[in-house]
Amino acid sequence: MDLKDKLLSSFLAFESNVDLDNPVHEVRSEAIKNFENKGFPSKREEAWKYTSLNNLQKIDFSIFPKQETALEYKDIKKYFIHEIDTYKIVFIDGVYSSYLSETTHDGVDVCLMSAALTKPQYRQVIDVYFNKVASKDESLTSLNTAFSKEGAYIYIPKNKMPKKPIQILHLATGNEAALLLQPRNLVIAEENAEVQVIERHQSLTGNEVLTNSVTEIFAAQDAIVDYYKVQNDVSTASLIDNTYISQKDKSVVRVHTFSFGGKLTRNNLNFYQNGERIDSTLKGVTILGEKQHVDHHTLVHHAQPNCESHQDYKGIFGEQSTGVFNGKIIVDKIAQKTNAFQQNNNVLISDRATVNTKPQLEIFADDVKCSHGCTVGQLDEEALFYLQSRGIPKKEAQALLMYAFANNVLESVRIPELKTRINTLIANKLGVNLGFDL
Amino acid sequence: MLEIKDLHASIEDKKILKGINLEVNPGEVHAIMGPNGSGKSTLASVIAGKEEFEIKKGSISLDGEDLEELAPEERAHNGIFMSFQYPVEIPGVSVTNFIKTAINESRKARGLEDMPANEMLKLIREKSELLEIDRKFLSRSLNEGFSGGEKKRNEIFQMAMMEPKLAILDETDSGLDIDALRIVANGVNKLRSKDNAIIVITHYQRLLEYIVPDYVHVLHDGKIVKSGSKELALELEEKGYDWLKQEAVL
Repeated sequence: MDLKDKLLSSFLAFESNVDLDNPVHEVRSEAIKNFENKGFPSKREEAWKYTSLNNLQKIDFSIFPKQETALEYKDIKKYFIHEIDTYKIVFIDGVYSSYLSETTHDGVDVCLMSAALTKPQYRQVIDVYFNKVASKDESLTSLNTAFSKEGAYIYIPKNKMPKKPIQILHLATGNEAALLLQPRNLVIAEENAEVQVIERHQSLTGNEVLTNSVTEIFAAQDAIVDYYKVQNDVSTASLIDNTYISQKDKSVVRVHTFSFGGKLTRNNLNFYQNGERIDSTLKGVTILGEKQHVDHHTLVHHAQPNCESHQDYKGIFGEQSTGVFNGKIIVDKIAQKTNAFQQNNNVLISDRATVNTKPQLEIFADDVKCSHGCTVGQLDEEALFYLQSRGIPKKEAQALLMYAFANNVLESVRIPELKTRINTLIANKLGVNLGFDL
Repeated sequence: MLEIKDLHASIEDKKILKGINLEVNPGEVHAIMGPNGSGKSTLASVIAGKEEFEIKKGSISLDGEDLEELAPEERAHNGIFMSFQYPVEIPGVSVTNFIKTAINESRKARGLEDMPANEMLKLIREKSELLEIDRKFLSRSLNEGFSGGEKKRNEIFQMAMMEPKLAILDETDSGLDIDALRIVANGVNKLRSKDNAIIVITHYQRLLEYIVPDYVHVLHDGKIVKSGSKELALELEEKGYDWLKQEAVL
């Protein structure tokens, strides 16, 4: 049975475990129909030209893990930004671990999607926000919606800010030979609220894992949301991340994506600006080796006047790794005075690495500033010679240059401990100790 | 100290150096002058070990050790320093972190421990004062957004920190106004000692009024066509290079 058929028949089993009278279930039923019609995207589709899901579909993934596993904090501590106090929402093989988590209802809700989807006190919020910005057309998002049951639920009321950042950690233990996970997250920052979220997916073994995740983020007027995605998984773990963001007047949403690992990673990051004077920031650092593949597909839809968007993606590709950047910017006719910037720079450090980069601008307004640039190149020989002539060995000099190349993306990271951690990951990934704290 | 014998060097089969002979002893300052395209910067790069240049014939040695097989960093560890005509910008790496890394890598190569932090700070303070460099400047990203003068001053600051045996100053005067030139030259002069040597590469005589050379060599078409004392620089200033080109043809 192929994966699509398996998923469709699993949906029937899934239905026997959820409340069919819940209005959410109607949303799920519509979604599974869309997935049934469309199936997995293929390379024939323009948006999937450079990323094939064929091999993943041949794997016999378990849709529901059979047993629950307990993990000790000390064994997974390193996957947290443990240097600071944070709220934690932890899932093991898709199942919430209350033992490893620290949730709160103290003025804000940092808790579980399963509770939000089923308990009456969340019903009103769910009615307003659930599946409202996520695509109803895109098949993998529909697949996630159909099976949506668990994930992180973060609700920050007007003028509130959680006492500390929130970490969402998805762990896969390898109990199943191959496991499919479909977390569903909802983040809502009401008027003038602020929140910082760090999300990470981590497999603990060499067994196959495929995560098809959907996150919806709503930023109301004057809200500030910082969302950090740390992607440094093992080489048998694949991730399809579908993130949809809806912004209102004067809100600021910044999404940073750090892609250093995994087998296949696809980031579908979609910003919808539904107000004026909005600021959207999309930044990414990608450093790959082996046969790793990362595909960044971004969309910024400027639908109102006087808004800004800033995109800056840096990639360093070694060995036989492959990278894709496809950045689409739509500026509606009404969206005058839009400032949209997009930059994608790549360095190939191996003859066998490849990058495909494509800016895609659809501008219907006439008074806008839109700039875009993409480059693919090698490290600057002159710069390398400069560093070497100061006594810095070639390997360290290369690392220093790559670090310098990727560095400016980190400037907007607002959690210093996270920045330090990312710097360390970059240094590790580049295989050197640079001799000073970055 | 530095001995260059019949040096021929090419880049992509284009011959640039066509038989250079030069001997530099401790305590000496040599100026290498010449028109554009004569091979001055190439000579500096070949001594510092730039890989694009291929040595076709001849040899370069420092204190008797042949340099040809040494990587640029190994030459730096042996005491060669080149001040770049166009220093490279390295965003995200501060001047301080950069110089720390450079110094500690050189120490590591000599089997020494990292320089203790307080010693490093003291050295940085001392040398930055020598070049009238503001402390705030040291926390800026290396060369990023620096003016021409700041870049050159920063080069000589690095030289002061690294205390090389042989410093090659490649067009250090280009892009400097007179005040910056005086500061840079003053810095270089304070670093002169009986144990080290300096090669000043310049198109103009101006810098040599401040850094007074013991010897002046004129490079033309990949060869040293004339050598002399510091008076030669004045003569060049007055007459230009054409008369030497004539002489070279004869």
